[in-house]
Amino acid sequence: MAINKNGTGYTFGFAIVMVVVVGAALAATAISLKPLQQANAADKKMMDILGAIKVDSQRDNAKELFAEYVTSRVSIDAAGAQVTVKQGEVNTTDATDPFNIDIKKDYRSHKPSKGDLSWANASDLTFPVFECQKEGETYFVVPMVGSGLWGPIWGYVALEGDMQTIYGAKFDHKTETPGLGAEIKESFFTEKFEGKTLAEVGPTYFSVLKGGALTDVHSVDGITGGTITSKGVDEMLNRTMGIYLKYFNNATQRAQR
Amino acid sequence: MSTDTNSAVETKRESLFSKKNRKLLKDPLDDSNPITVQVLGICSALAITVQLQQAVIMSLSVLFVMIGGNVIISLLRNMVPDRIRIIVQLVVVASLVIIVDQVLKAFQPDISEKLSVFVGLIITNCIIMGRLEAFALGNKPGPALLDAIGNAMGYAWILLVVSIVREIFGSGAISLPGMGQVKFLPTSWFISEGGFYENNNLMILPPMALITVGLIIWIQRSRNEALIEEN
Repeated sequence: MAINKNGTGYTFGFAIVMVVVVGAALAATAISLKPLQQANAADKKMMDILGAIKVDSQRDNAKELFAEYVTSRVSIDAAGAQVTVKQGEVNTTDATDPFNIDIKKDYRSHKPSKGDLSWANASDLTFPVFECQKEGETYFVVPMVGSGLWGPIWGYVALEGDMQTIYGAKFDHKTETPGLGAEIKESFFTEKFEGKTLAEVGPTYFSVLKGGALTDVHSVDGITGGTITSKGVDEMLNRTMGIYLKYFNNATQRAQR
Repeated sequence: MSTDTNSAVETKRESLFSKKNRKLLKDPLDDSNPITVQVLGICSALAITVQLQQAVIMSLSVLFVMIGGNVIISLLRNMVPDRIRIIVQLVVVASLVIIVDQVLKAFQPDISEKLSVFVGLIITNCIIMGRLEAFALGNKPGPALLDAIGNAMGYAWILLVVSIVREIFGSGAISLPGMGQVKFLPTSWFISEGGFYENNNLMILPPMALITVGLIIWIQRSRNEALIEEN
């Protein structure tokens, strides 16, 4: 009996075999390329952190420059207490290295409820902070994740030694609208943050405003046509800084004592 | 259009480079160019032609997906149930595209980042699905391979020309994968350095890609009589 090519049984059989073959092939590709992709992602992260303290780096020299400028990698808990400190070379397989804390994953699994700037459900997370030395000055680079209009946005903000003044900022996004929200990664936007300061009392430490704010030291002008993305940056900054300022205040008090 | 189906009974074995097969390779480059004549695959052609290196990587990706898709579908053509043939084509194309995306992420991370969603969008590139449905399902793997190469190259040369024009006039530079961007104009020429020259910023915006493609279509139609439409 000839096989009926258009029979339901054959169709299902064909579909099942196809899915299994394709699935196996894709899984094999993904697994075999993963180490390379992870190394690329680590390089990119180092470049972003260096970018926040205005050190230009390429993929080839990111590791060296990172080792040169970043003196220690600290992780803190949600109450602002220090958990671990690592120095020396980054080990991308060591889960306790603050460099390896996946803040994007943590953000996804601990999404704050709408308008909750204190990020109440983040109490069991740890947060990385990178202490850098550049030309004799100390800087603290704070990574952050939030939500834009279409997808995640993230950034690295470098604070000066006073832990209040913004030295540099770098933002990026996954799928914001080109020409509108996507502009948050452009230098004309990030440069506006430089020299501005965080307010001492929260919950609003810094604002990305719609219109104005050109002279205020605690705010910058948002992006025209990118209001929701700008609001996302605003929310991300305040929520993250709320946690980090607890640590910074502890650290300043400790220094003063 | 040159989508001959294999209706004629093949009495003798056709050589791979017979006249008919050469036509498969040559036609998409000019007479039935996927971009300028059939006006398919325009969206990626407009979006990723700011720099030559992106266009090169994109062209290679499309070439790979096109060849893989056409040959695989052609090999499976007598097995694929009619009712799910579009889904089968889609699965084949999608898996090839995912492989391309993963490989780019591993070996060309910067370009992969610039191409962003457009690698994934190869899946929906009408050129590929169109060739699978119109050609690969009805022809042997050999001709399907040639058809794939022809169409991918037809897509590629437009991309390369557009990106070269846009990069030279928009950024005053030329870039190739692995070499980075080479700015060949002396910096002292630029107005910001006291010179006389300024890059044309319009060139790096998407509308200029459309205009460049339009110019190519204009030149092509004025030279190729087969494409001149009668009123």
